[in-house]
Amino acid sequence: MQRAGRLIVRRLIGSIPVLLIVLVGTFFLLELASGDAVDAYLVSTGGGDAALVEALRTNWGLDQSPITRLGLYLWNVIHLNFGYSVLLNRPILAVVLERLPNTLLLMGSAVALSFGIGSLLGIVAGSKPGSARDKLLSVGSLALYAVPSFWLGLVLVVVFSVQLRWLPLAGIETLASGKVGLDRAGDILRHLVLPVGALALLYLALYLRLMRAGMVEVWRQDFVLAARAKGLSRRRIVWRHVARNALLPLITMLGLQSATMLGGSVVIESVFSIPGLGRLAQEAVSGRDTPLLMGIIVISAVLVILTNLIVDLAYAALDPRVGATEAQA
Amino acid sequence: MNFVARFMRSPEGVIGAVVLIGLVLVALAAPLLFPRDPLAIVGQPMLEPFADWALPLGTDRLGRNVLAELVHGARASLLVGIAAALAAMAIGASVGTIAGFAGGFVDEALMRVVDAFQTVPGFLLALAFVSVIGASMPIVVLAIALGAWTGPARLARAEVLSIRERDYVDWARVIGMHPLEIAFREILPNALPPVLALSAVIVAGAILTEAALSFLGLGDPNIVTWGSMIAEGRAVLRSAPFLSIVPGIALVVTVLGVYLFGEGLAEALSRRRVRS
Amino acid sequence: MSALVNISNLGVTFRDGPRRVAALSDVNLTIEAGERLGIIGESGSGKSTLALALTGLLPASAEVSGRIDWADGQPILGRDIGMVFQDPSSSLDPVMSIGEQVAEGAVAHLGLSWGAAKERARDLLAQVKLPDPDGLLRAFPHQLSGGQRQRVAIAAAMAAGPRVLIADEATSALDTIVQAEVVSLLDGLVKQQGITLIFITHDIALASQLADRIAVFRHAQLVEVGTARQVVTQPREAYTAALLGAHLDLGTPPLIGVAP
Repeated sequence: MQRAGRLIVRRLIGSIPVLLIVLVGTFFLLELASGDAVDAYLVSTGGGDAALVEALRTNWGLDQSPITRLGLYLWNVIHLNFGYSVLLNRPILAVVLERLPNTLLLMGSAVALSFGIGSLLGIVAGSKPGSARDKLLSVGSLALYAVPSFWLGLVLVVVFSVQLRWLPLAGIETLASGKVGLDRAGDILRHLVLPVGALALLYLALYLRLMRAGMVEVWRQDFVLAARAKGLSRRRIVWRHVARNALLPLITMLGLQSATMLGGSVVIESVFSIPGLGRLAQEAVSGRDTPLLMGIIVISAVLVILTNLIVDLAYAALDPRVGATEAQA
Repeated sequence: MNFVARFMRSPEGVIGAVVLIGLVLVALAAPLLFPRDPLAIVGQPMLEPFADWALPLGTDRLGRNVLAELVHGARASLLVGIAAALAAMAIGASVGTIAGFAGGFVDEALMRVVDAFQTVPGFLLALAFVSVIGASMPIVVLAIALGAWTGPARLARAEVLSIRERDYVDWARVIGMHPLEIAFREILPNALPPVLALSAVIVAGAILTEAALSFLGLGDPNIVTWGSMIAEGRAVLRSAPFLSIVPGIALVVTVLGVYLFGEGLAEALSRRRVRS
Repeated sequence: MSALVNISNLGVTFRDGPRRVAALSDVNLTIEAGERLGIIGESGSGKSTLALALTGLLPASAEVSGRIDWADGQPILGRDIGMVFQDPSSSLDPVMSIGEQVAEGAVAHLGLSWGAAKERARDLLAQVKLPDPDGLLRAFPHQLSGGQRQRVAIAAAMAAGPRVLIADEATSALDTIVQAEVVSLLDGLVKQQGITLIFITHDIALASQLADRIAVFRHAQLVEVGTARQVVTQPREAYTAALLGAHLDLGTPPLIGVAP
């Protein structure tokens, strides 16, 4: 437990400069955007006279020097004030927090599915490198890995929603259905099948390939030869020695991939009209609401940092060597 | 045995190379095959494929030649994919080399920047970058590169850290070469091969990102891309699904070709390592 | 003494690109039950291939000719033969507890429950003279020194009470003092339990200290076999003499061959 506590503190401190760089970067992108928040505000309210513009600029601190404005921006973000979305006429943080659960649900299901099935199939392929089933799974996963998830989503829609009419076309749940409890959960589940499938298949292929490659690597290790010399069953060697060791780099990958996966959900949410963070980002782009887009980026970065923290804790729980080397160093 | 011969021994690599050479030829020949603007209207809209042999893949919602769009789309996909990958590897290799060679505070600062770029979802960043600056081919290339340079940077840095302790680097120091000259003339060329081995994955990723960007309407509006064709066809997904499906198949074939080529490359590289 | 295993006309070849390379050719050797046999030779002489051929652990690409006849029928790996490898830092699973690694052989072959197997593991850890066997059950390899790890590997090899112990360069990754300790531990264990020991090493001095008989391998062939005394004092082959020449004074620690 003490080991976990130290790990959390160290990682959180380490993420401060990273987050600071992200904030400075988003600030510069905001500066690059043509027109400032006042312009955007005036567009949405239908314009105003020069005096009002002046007053607003002073009021929002936009007449200050860039350095002062950067300071103001950081100050605001530290106080969880991400500004105001002109497009939706609401505070950015509130909008993002409202959309976040849908994205977390989509991503969480996709991660669980792709990691679970991908690593299992990777064990199947890697338990006997070079065998027919290994070749089949390797080629299959490579083909799957080449499929763009948004296109796969469309193909799934054509097959399962348009042709077979088995599953709903889009959305996260049936609107105004009045469903509650288990009924509602079932409804959401039906809506999630296609988007989660489209997002998960690509990563399933990735984890399959990584797990297989890891297993091939571990098979060459001395301790596997030692395990065979002990006369252990093949099953025990595969699961307890080879797969157990090959799983570790996969866990690391899970953390590294979290940012990429969040990016992938932007397109999938657009394909399936799921009101999540990604769909919100697309709305912000088409509505030219740059502050909203930047707020989404900063909050995504925080999300990625937290995900990595969880992944690190999982890794530390699975690898007894973590922490020990640092204690010696 | 030379490198080409080693490459030829990998069936994956050969298939990938054939696919890629075919695609490059098609892309190069696009202006000859279809000299007219692929976005021009040539016939009745929503013509089925194989109905008219002048328009073998039919027409889209606006009456544009799907085959011409597809062939011109290959140009955009390959061009953007390769350019973005080159940019990403150039940025990554430079940053990695400087970080690894300089060490100390510079290294620490640059690696935190790498961390920051890995923390922000690359696709969101590309989306924001294009939407803020405006969609044009060079901006799209840069936006994709911004999300892809961190991998090469980490790899280059790790290589440089191991190379800079070697004798010929010491020798360069002794004869008084400028540190930057040592970094870019002595160290970078030697750190490059493992970074290049990553190139297939980066090119494939760049092609997919470009497709996703133009699918969301953030590509260069004056250029036909497979992503924009898929988005275009989406409006008539119920009545004419092939309009979305055909360019998607082109994407899958291209990306698969790149991956297979990369596998062959990696295998040829690893065989060399085993022998040496 | 009765014969444990008869090796006749044994040949093993490996594929290297288009060619086949002989790792062992025409080896004839009888190993007696209960003896301590030292097998010496340089790396690549085929001595490790012999160990793999005896245990059936040769890679699939290997082609075997000739016969290996065991007096009591084909032994079961792990139950009848235990093996200790060269480098204990890679021959132990880094993420499995010491207790489980020692106990798993006992579970596989003795039909013990995990609880009983862990008790046996604790006894074995005490037998190989490791301190605090109870605490060690829950420890991991990275927490131990090289010599301690090799003791754990020996305990794991003994888990199912084998009749034969094959130590393949089991001490060459260790430094000289630890090496001597592990050798005396092996010596004590096999004497006490009447185990046949096949001790593979490139160090003729080490072999002569421990073994009853010595077999010398060179270029995939068995060049000489005899009692340790005879091989050391009256080598029949010039090669053996040359090997001995490298260690004129057998009392000094070997200078060559210590580095891995």
